[in-house]
Amino acid sequence: MGWLLAAAALVTVAALLGVVYRPLGEYMAWVYTSPRDWAVERVLYRLVGVDPRGGQSWRAYLRAVLAFSAVGLVALYLLQRLQHRLPYSLGLAAPSPDLSFNTAASFVANTNWQSYAPERTVGYPVQMAGLGVQNFLSAAVGMAVAIALVRGFAHRRSGTIGNFWTDLVRGTVRILLPAAALCSVVLLAGGVVQNFAGFTHVTDLAGGGQSIPGGPVASQEAIKMLGTNGGGFFNANSAHPFENPSPWTNLFEIFLLLVIPFALPRTFGSIVRDHRLGYAILAAMAVLFVLSFTLMTAFEFAGGGTAPTLAGGAMEGKEQRFGVVGSTLFATATTGTSGGAANSTHGSYTALGGLVAMLNMLLGEVSPGGVGAGLYTILVMAIIAVFLTGLLLGRAPTVLGKRVGVREIKLASLFILVMPTLALVGMAVSLAVPAVHEQIVNDSMGNPGAHGVSEVMYAFISAAINNGSSFAGLNADTPWLNTTLGVTILLGRFVPIALVLALAGSLAAQDRIPATSLALPVHRPQFVGLLVGIIIFVSLPTFFPILTLGPLAEGLR
Amino acid sequence: MNIVSRASGRAVWVAIRAMAVLTVLLGVGYPLAITGIGQLAFPSQANGSGRYGPDGRLVGSALLGQAFADAEGNPLPEYFQPRPSAAGGGYDAAASSGSNHGPENEELIAAIQRRRAQVAAFNGVPGDAVPADAVTASGSGLDPHISPAYARLQVDRVAAARHLRAEDVRALVESRIQPRDLGYLGEPRVNVVELNLALDDLDRRS
Repeated sequence: MGWLLAAAALVTVAALLGVVYRPLGEYMAWVYTSPRDWAVERVLYRLVGVDPRGGQSWRAYLRAVLAFSAVGLVALYLLQRLQHRLPYSLGLAAPSPDLSFNTAASFVANTNWQSYAPERTVGYPVQMAGLGVQNFLSAAVGMAVAIALVRGFAHRRSGTIGNFWTDLVRGTVRILLPAAALCSVVLLAGGVVQNFAGFTHVTDLAGGGQSIPGGPVASQEAIKMLGTNGGGFFNANSAHPFENPSPWTNLFEIFLLLVIPFALPRTFGSIVRDHRLGYAILAAMAVLFVLSFTLMTAFEFAGGGTAPTLAGGAMEGKEQRFGVVGSTLFATATTGTSGGAANSTHGSYTALGGLVAMLNMLLGEVSPGGVGAGLYTILVMAIIAVFLTGLLLGRAPTVLGKRVGVREIKLASLFILVMPTLALVGMAVSLAVPAVHEQIVNDSMGNPGAHGVSEVMYAFISAAINNGSSFAGLNADTPWLNTTLGVTILLGRFVPIALVLALAGSLAAQDRIPATSLALPVHRPQFVGLLVGIIIFVSLPTFFPILTLGPLAEGLR
Repeated sequence: MNIVSRASGRAVWVAIRAMAVLTVLLGVGYPLAITGIGQLAFPSQANGSGRYGPDGRLVGSALLGQAFADAEGNPLPEYFQPRPSAAGGGYDAAASSGSNHGPENEELIAAIQRRRAQVAAFNGVPGDAVPADAVTASGSGLDPHISPAYARLQVDRVAAARHLRAEDVRALVESRIQPRDLGYLGEPRVNVVELNLALDDLDRRS
């Protein structure tokens, strides 16, 4: 019965994604290639002072991405530090400097790691004009970078890869804003709140008191899911009934997380005018997704471990309305994208169920990955797969007529090293430097022993890959963790983006080699299998040793 | 170098203007527009799905669980009891949270054993009849629902405490069981806040 329900829920999500795959993918391709500007966009370009026609070299494109993100970082930091002076802040003080930095870095980098409990830390102006705005813009930046890489494949002997400002404005105005508005209304109908009432104090049925929170939640919730951001309006995130009131809103939110990342391979195929690699990428994403959903659900159904066995089911940290399947499907979607939202507490999952959530992030978040980030990451993986098979089979390593040369493979190799380096160094320093180690064990870890190690591990992996979910027993609101996780998040976002844009520039500059019989076909099932294999083998061996200290130690005892 | 820094300076200036303009659009215009739509089209939901007592007084939200306990935190036998809660002191809607305890956490293990014994004694049933949702805290700490099994298990106790016929209370519970959405999404459940409101109503009429 449980497995039937799991299959039915999965098939429903797949069917919904299947229905919008083509129209949404084609629509997004049109958005980024259309020669015409909308009237509202022309107004925006004039106000901002840019020429929407000017093509940018990869360096200029990168400069614009970095400048825009740096300004966003400073603006969000200042907004938080000035919170106590803003109206509708619910009487809350300004968050500390290190917490404000961490939050600003986290939201600008599409990570939405939260070291704080929102209902007691941020008022409505910071939620709306700060965090909500970055939910749109960090997503739009991710999509822009992915499209720039796609143009690298599509352009021939070109010095430019598009215009960042145009991509930013169009992604926001034509895709994210209308979609978020539409989805907010659906969520409103489902019971998600949207008001400015603050806390309403009531005397409840038993005569005690309860403070019912308000806030502009539906507008935030829609873009939090669509943009694979994941920062909750409330501490409990999508487990909170005001963010996610029922099983069908839960399914809808899962769909929102997945819809743009799963449609982007179509956009890719449409822009390069060859859909075969797009389908191969989609297949690899889907295989990994189904695999991890099956594994995680099996572990949670089995309910291994002392507490779940005693309770008679792995229901600690899960909502009755979602049950196991509604929780694991959400958890798979949120760690397979860069979502980081949560409708159940991952830290209370069985040890091996929680391990699967970690593995999804370790695989580089490609099943299907964050908006934009998922597509550019898996394209880099495809380049590596083509290069390796080229070596093994003696075939010319080309992708869509573009040669994978020394420069391309160097950039791709650096790309796959970024996340493991950041995660492992951050973790190692935090657990090895005596003073820091002591502080983390005494003040931060919410669980003793192996599970506490898993909490620290999960935090650094989540930060380095820009996921944002957590084993939330960890109290990360300390100067050390706020600062190191904040820096990890920024490097984990912008170093790969720089490498991707460099790759885009180098691919765009090439001419297209006519297809020959010597080129490796990159659309057959064999290639999909190879791609999945490469994705797994690139990351798992790196992390296996430390996984034995945390989740494996806990789950296999 | 001069050209590079001039280009960077210009990019920063454009970025500042873009951030300002987009903040007004996305951070002010968009949420205000959605608030307007919500207040006009879905006023009940947008304002928290409030539930009212017989005197018309707001007593809570249909979506947020409540503690049906006395001032010392002891469960009231005349009300159906919700799941354990890790939100503040229990069902504190200003502090939503799960326990975040891992599967081998000693505190959690002890809590589950304690809760099982307490629920069994409170309702006069054997310990192995107590379902998982009755001994585990939800992710939000505000879960308004319990499983049908946990609701049925409480019928006799509630009926006795209120001097109502057990059949009447049982019929009320059965009428309040929500099936899975669309028949297959989520789990069957009973909303404790709504059930207890209906129970007070039944009590008044009988």
